[in-house]
Amino acid sequence: MRKLVLFVYKNHLLFLFLFLQSVSVLLLIQNNNYQRTSFISSSNAISGNALAAYTNITSYLDLRATNEVIATENADLRNRLKSSFTNYTSKNTVVSDSVYKQQYIYITAKVVNNSVTRRNNYLTLNRGALQGVKPQMAVISSTGVIGIVKNVSDNFCTVMSVLHGNVKVPVMIKRYGENAILNWEGTDFKTGNVPNVPSHLKLIKGDTLVTSAYSSIFPQGIMVGTINDIAVVQGNTFNNLKINFSTDFRKVAYVYIVNNLLKDEQQSLEDKTQEEDAAANQK
Amino acid sequence: MITNISQNIIRFFGLLLVQIFLLNNIQLNGYLNPYLYILFIIMLPFDIPAWLLLLAGFIYGLIVDMFADTMGMHASATVFLCYARIGVLGFIAPREGYDSSHQPTFTNMGFRWFLIYSGFLVFVHHLLLFFLEAFSFNNFMFTFLKVVFSSAFTLTLIFITQMLFKPADKALR
Repeated sequence: MRKLVLFVYKNHLLFLFLFLQSVSVLLLIQNNNYQRTSFISSSNAISGNALAAYTNITSYLDLRATNEVIATENADLRNRLKSSFTNYTSKNTVVSDSVYKQQYIYITAKVVNNSVTRRNNYLTLNRGALQGVKPQMAVISSTGVIGIVKNVSDNFCTVMSVLHGNVKVPVMIKRYGENAILNWEGTDFKTGNVPNVPSHLKLIKGDTLVTSAYSSIFPQGIMVGTINDIAVVQGNTFNNLKINFSTDFRKVAYVYIVNNLLKDEQQSLEDKTQEEDAAANQK
Repeated sequence: MITNISQNIIRFFGLLLVQIFLLNNIQLNGYLNPYLYILFIIMLPFDIPAWLLLLAGFIYGLIVDMFADTMGMHASATVFLCYARIGVLGFIAPREGYDSSHQPTFTNMGFRWFLIYSGFLVFVHHLLLFFLEAFSFNNFMFTFLKVVFSSAFTLTLIFITQMLFKPADKALR
């Protein structure tokens, strides 16, 4: 015991350092969206098992019923406060037509938080589940694509902007109809990269890129940007494009969230086809 | 001693304000983010107790985090910086030891000594900070270049700051 105390005392600086360092890393993972998602994805099994064990223990406790009573009472009292009333109507009208079936519904939203300087950037909008927003919906503005909805709360949603490493937008070169993928390299919020564009196309600076029809998230033909630079890769039949975004991501104020009504149908059909294919291959 | 403490308190708030309201808004070319606020830790007096140094670094980093909305990132980097400072000071100590009434500035310790000292600390801090921000080793070269260029920028700012606030009369030191 004496030796242990001596050891701790002798190395107290190292222990203090390790302690403070672990507190910081804990805070980092707890409070930052990007680091949390990367961390969770690697420790899902561990945290899942730990949570299961935790709920096993807590479900024995009787406090749950009492808490519920107090919570409902609190909510009831809060609901009577004047400050809890906000105008959140967004007028969506769906017209029923027997010739044209409506595929996209647009919900207007205001940007309440925004970043452009990080490696992975997010926006926060003032529309949420109560206004019909769901994850994986597209977000566009009057000037071009903005991003994809990530998380949704009752009245807010967070959006992975195009300036995010995990967002890949299927784009089309408008003049040729050639398809490619846009991915942001993390350097400059004004420019993006479109790799692997066939080099036989006679592209010029200023050619327009729009969203392609191959996306179940974005509607077709939404402006993305214009070609700024064509990087020729020696000895390769593909070129890399550098594009100027048509949207200035610093100034985004009002956006539209796009609800694709046929997305689920398309996705389930595609999934089904792939499953059957895989099953047939196994035989 | 008293002037020393008040000087450090003024430096604490001054650098914090400059960092939060001015430098956090600078992003040149996607590479250059200067983090001048660590000058406070670099310039803390030689005789500060090591545990106090670590705690001060942690709290200081947390305050910067609160304003930059990056909870824990700067705190982790500054704590690491403080721990590195203890090691570096031992490693490059002059033969006769440190004069405890001095602060580590380049007028006190000489240009070469200060360049090695602050250069190493700034690099270590930025290295941890930018890799924590990226949180992966994909795009390693890009993040590393960011570290190098930003370190150079921060170091330049540190020297400019020290020249601006150099004591006018050498006898006062």
